[in-house]
Amino acid sequence: MSRCIELASACLGATALCLTLAAPAAAQQSFPGIGRAATPAEIAAWDIDVRPDFKGLPKGSGTVARGQKVWDEKCASCHGTFGESNEVFPPIVGGTTAEDIQRGRVKALTEPVGRTTLMKLSSLSALWDYINRAMPWDRPKSLSTDEVYAVVAYILHLGDILPGDFVLSDATIRQAEQRLPNRNGKVKYEPLWNLKGKGDVTNVACMKDCPVGAILASYLPDYARDAHGNLALQTRAVGPTRGVDTSAPSLNAPPPPPTDPALALANRHSCMACHRMEGKHVGPAFKDVAARYAGKPDAAAVLAAKVKSGGAGNWGQIPMPPNTGLSDQDLAVLVKWILSGGS
Amino acid sequence: MAENPGMPVRPSGRLLRAPEHFLSPAQIAEVTAGRRGFLRGAFAAALAGTGGVAAAQGTGDANILELPAHTKGLGQPVATHGYGQPSQYERNLQRRESPGLTRVSAASVSFAPLQGMFGIITPNGLHFERHHQGWWDIDPSKHRLMINGLVKNPLVFTMDDLMRLPSVSRMHFIECGANTGMEWGNVAVPTVQYTHGMLSCCEFTGVALSTLLDMAGYDKKAGKYILVEGADGSSMTRTVAMERALDDCMVAYAMNGEMLRPENGYPLRMVAPGIQGVSWVKWLRRIEVGDMPYGTKDETLHYVDLMPDGLHRQYTSIQECKSVITSPSGGQTLLDKGFHNITGLAWSGRGKIRRVDVSTDGGRNWRTAKLESPILSKCLTRFNFGWVWDGGPAILQSRAIDDTGYVQPKINQLRAVRGTRSIYHNNAIQSWRVAEGGEVSNVQVY
Repeated sequence: MSRCIELASACLGATALCLTLAAPAAAQQSFPGIGRAATPAEIAAWDIDVRPDFKGLPKGSGTVARGQKVWDEKCASCHGTFGESNEVFPPIVGGTTAEDIQRGRVKALTEPVGRTTLMKLSSLSALWDYINRAMPWDRPKSLSTDEVYAVVAYILHLGDILPGDFVLSDATIRQAEQRLPNRNGKVKYEPLWNLKGKGDVTNVACMKDCPVGAILASYLPDYARDAHGNLALQTRAVGPTRGVDTSAPSLNAPPPPPTDPALALANRHSCMACHRMEGKHVGPAFKDVAARYAGKPDAAAVLAAKVKSGGAGNWGQIPMPPNTGLSDQDLAVLVKWILSGGS
Repeated sequence: MAENPGMPVRPSGRLLRAPEHFLSPAQIAEVTAGRRGFLRGAFAAALAGTGGVAAAQGTGDANILELPAHTKGLGQPVATHGYGQPSQYERNLQRRESPGLTRVSAASVSFAPLQGMFGIITPNGLHFERHHQGWWDIDPSKHRLMINGLVKNPLVFTMDDLMRLPSVSRMHFIECGANTGMEWGNVAVPTVQYTHGMLSCCEFTGVALSTLLDMAGYDKKAGKYILVEGADGSSMTRTVAMERALDDCMVAYAMNGEMLRPENGYPLRMVAPGIQGVSWVKWLRRIEVGDMPYGTKDETLHYVDLMPDGLHRQYTSIQECKSVITSPSGGQTLLDKGFHNITGLAWSGRGKIRRVDVSTDGGRNWRTAKLESPILSKCLTRFNFGWVWDGGPAILQSRAIDDTGYVQPKINQLRAVRGTRSIYHNNAIQSWRVAEGGEVSNVQVY
């Protein structure tokens, strides 16, 4: 770029001639007098980003030992002595294994556990660049280049990724990256990157009698009612609604998901281990049983006897065990429920 | 969280039924026990200064019959406030943190009170905030924007320069990629402020990014990406596709007719329409043209979507079509049965809103809502839907369709593909349950 700058300054005197000479700057000429060339020193002062291919990474090096010293002085108060703290920020270290390092994928990411930095980290440039530009949190850009190398080395050492005698430098950083436990754990997802991409989840615009589940799948428990303060004070005091006074107990708490007492009974006596209301499972569907007995005057008594004694052959060869422990009262409820098709 | 003093909970207008809205259970027991004297006392206390009951009694409403001071006296002079403030009666509408979401407020979020907003424009003082390392009020005379990388002429602009260039003004929504992220697994927060409040919409004014890139002579062949970088301590960096940068991105210095607020990046921010808020880098200091994505911290460790197989999706930038009913909504109580206007917002990072449907029976039956103008690309669209509440239980939902034909999904459809730990890009249909008595709460039904 320096050639352009020289050209530009040489041209200050003889504008007419230079308009043709300074062809690269033609676009800029559409708004004369606005903007100026950045100097190499200015670009160097601000252009600090390090890309995944390590373009932009300055020369330098740091040992794990030096990294520990910097860490204990400048990082541990927020992130914990071992990078494990969850007190101020999410933990940095933990959740990765030697097997993950071999594979380049972190197994714990498929499990319902919290995520640490090292579980997610797939390119070492991100860690180096971020510490260099933004850490320590309250004094960003105060670390020297070698200190950044050292701290990165120490974090990777805390995660058992690098040995204690490792020297991280612009020459060894690719080698270190090849040991990141989640280096193969990312995919550039084009459908949400491209404006014209099609997402992976869409719906259909059903308008009438649409299929819906019958229950409230989730709602706030009553004890969390005031977890966000008094909602009455977070809503306008005039208009079609008022905020709910959550300093008082709920008077309109959603009811628990509706439970059918007969279904609860069927669950308690393990009927539902083998039967479903609809569709054959191990045993026949209760709706099919109800259909077979429909209209028979002694249906309840016959079915009650079958439930109690068990047997095989009527609905296939898988035997139903006897249920001698059922009280007559429970039995009557269950039989009535089965014959009614669950209503 | 420090509770703002707020407006007292006071009924007004026609709030004549359901004393449980503002009486304690003990007081209600008194009412049910028939101690009417107590009831009168409670009403008198609760209604002091309003005409709620008077409307139904005597010759008329005391607010009409007895002329108030403001009708019979002299008001305040002009320029009492050099910069006007909302009415003292509006102080409940504040941006707020969600307790427990973050530990330090300089790396946190404040949510916009969508439940109290009208139309599509977010007032500047209520715009949501997300800071990674605190906010600054930067002297505009010292602020610079640099363009470098794969360009013929690396350039530096002052604010004076940028504000001399041809300007564009456009209305766009900005939504954090993690908006509604707390609700992937289950209901977690009570009101639309916390479920959807990392959403705002402004008329932005600035310079088309294409103008600046042209001036710098960007490399049209190799320059497929740009890096945008902030001037704050975090020096936030994000990759944006060159195609998007040239299309409708801008570097903005103004929002809603005034300069940006400091919390929103004064004096200069990136505006990347349709793209998640983190890319709208505030206190913008530098744009670099490059030939590959930059894999920054917020593209590698955060703003990556965890899938059930343990793989993270990277560079998931587009905010897909989404909508939410803002009133009635969670944490509110309907005043009375009868007519209510169901109103809400719809938006899509891929274009315009084509249609919004509303259901009042938990998604069984739907009718199409009225879209208010303007209907703009990558901008909030306001919808309205008349509803007569019969006093019984109801579940309110809205479902938006954008001009690509994409239909906003249900939460179980999202979960079936993306699991529950994705954090980002939850654009599910929101359900609000109206209970008998009128209390509205956040629920998930599908």
